[in-house]
Amino acid sequence: MAPARYVGDLVFSFARYLGDLALLAGETLRGIFHGEVRPQLVVQQIYEVGFRSQLVVLITGAFTGAVFATQTYFQFHRLQMDAAVGPVVSVSMFRELGPVLCGLMVAGRVGAAMSAELGTMKVTEQLDALRALAVHPVDYLVVPRFLAMLVSMPLLVAECIGVGILAAYLLTTQVLGVSETYYVHNMLHFTGGRDVAMGLIKGMVFGVVIVFVSCHQGLNAREGAVGVGRATTEAVVIGSLFILVVNFFLTMTLNIFFPAGK
Amino acid sequence: MTEHAHPREVIRVENLVQTLGGQEILRGFSLKVYQGETLVLLGRSGGGKSVFLRHLIGLMQPVSGTVAVGQEVISGLQERELARVRRSMGMLFQNGALFDSMTVADNVAFPLRERGETDEGIVTAKVEEALQMVDLAGHQAKMPVNLSGGMRKRVALARALVNQPRCMLYDEPTAGLDPIVADSIDLLIRRLQRKLGVTSIVVTHDMKSTFTIADHVALLHEGRCYFYGTCDQLRASTDPVIRDFVEGRSHDEP
Repeated sequence: MAPARYVGDLVFSFARYLGDLALLAGETLRGIFHGEVRPQLVVQQIYEVGFRSQLVVLITGAFTGAVFATQTYFQFHRLQMDAAVGPVVSVSMFRELGPVLCGLMVAGRVGAAMSAELGTMKVTEQLDALRALAVHPVDYLVVPRFLAMLVSMPLLVAECIGVGILAAYLLTTQVLGVSETYYVHNMLHFTGGRDVAMGLIKGMVFGVVIVFVSCHQGLNAREGAVGVGRATTEAVVIGSLFILVVNFFLTMTLNIFFPAGK
Repeated sequence: MTEHAHPREVIRVENLVQTLGGQEILRGFSLKVYQGETLVLLGRSGGGKSVFLRHLIGLMQPVSGTVAVGQEVISGLQERELARVRRSMGMLFQNGALFDSMTVADNVAFPLRERGETDEGIVTAKVEEALQMVDLAGHQAKMPVNLSGGMRKRVALARALVNQPRCMLYDEPTAGLDPIVADSIDLLIRRLQRKLGVTSIVVTHDMKSTFTIADHVALLHEGRCYFYGTCDQLRASTDPVIRDFVEGRSHDEP
């Protein structure tokens, strides 16, 4: 009976957690529709979330594109399919590697910061001070982060993908000696708007996941410094796991609307 | 006629019950606070005074019982509905609860900007006035981390007062302050009451402060209102629990 009860408790806790996230999302949307949007805070968050994440995302994209191109080249070279490296890298970067790796990096950098900031505010009564001053913490803290992420994440994913494809192109054509003409022609031939759409939609969804998971952890932090540390770690771990799981379901769903290949 | 003969109730609490971590902190606490008076709530540390205060502004919802502010019952209201009530109230938190990412000036200006004041000239003037009131003029550019505990508390007081609330809640306003600053805070509470008719509820252990500012005193003991009366009635009481508290006797062996 004990294992069954353990599994039951686990399922119940998970369902309750999802419910909490849904309530937070609902409160955020309610804040937006009530006109509780502070443009100055949104711009500030776009700077924090988007602008300051660029270096991390660019390095991630560049080296992912380069290493993926190298591996693909060595496999394809034996089959004399060198020029197929371009489309393989490009489609993979758009559909999976770009959004997922960018999402994981942003979950680590931005998600941790959000959770730590909100968690510290919670344990030092700053959230209560906001409430006592008749300001809803979700309106003041979550709404700007949510809107900033909606704007920033597709752009970050686009940067990650772009620099990955560029790195792969330079490495394959300039170092490994693949024909530039065939590389570009094949890449453009097999990569379409559907791949771009899939990458950007995934990026946006991952951004939303990161915001709600991180803010939820921060807003519910407990027990002082230890609680904030725990909330931060959990925000990164849960956010990253959610990205990987949600990515699977998104891939399955989006392939219906944006099927791969022509 | 009789209705006008009595001062109007600003806050009415009936049979408030609250539990924390399985322990019953408040066990049917009832209290009334009248317009324009200063009520001091005394009680042992960890006895639930701050918990009680948080119910008055809707930061906590009771397990059972009623909290009414003015004519409106606020226990059970949703967070967004509470904003309306909170606009007429101010609260000083025990540790100040300043926004640590903002300067002193931005902290004090926060309630003004949030309520739609866009004229920065007016904001600056009101911030300066509020900081002068707590003897901190000229500290506008400092960050909270660079302030002492007492200064942080005074900035928090300026922030709570800048919008001129009709009702103020003070959670240990003089704890951790030197006697001179503590006395100036007491006098400020008195001045606000006399000049602006602000109703104040003060949670404290400081008996000197109590006798300076209180119109009425309530003693929270074992989750209930053990005593309610004036300072003179408190002084004259022969009840051992009250005497121990007023005279600071622990009954421990030396």
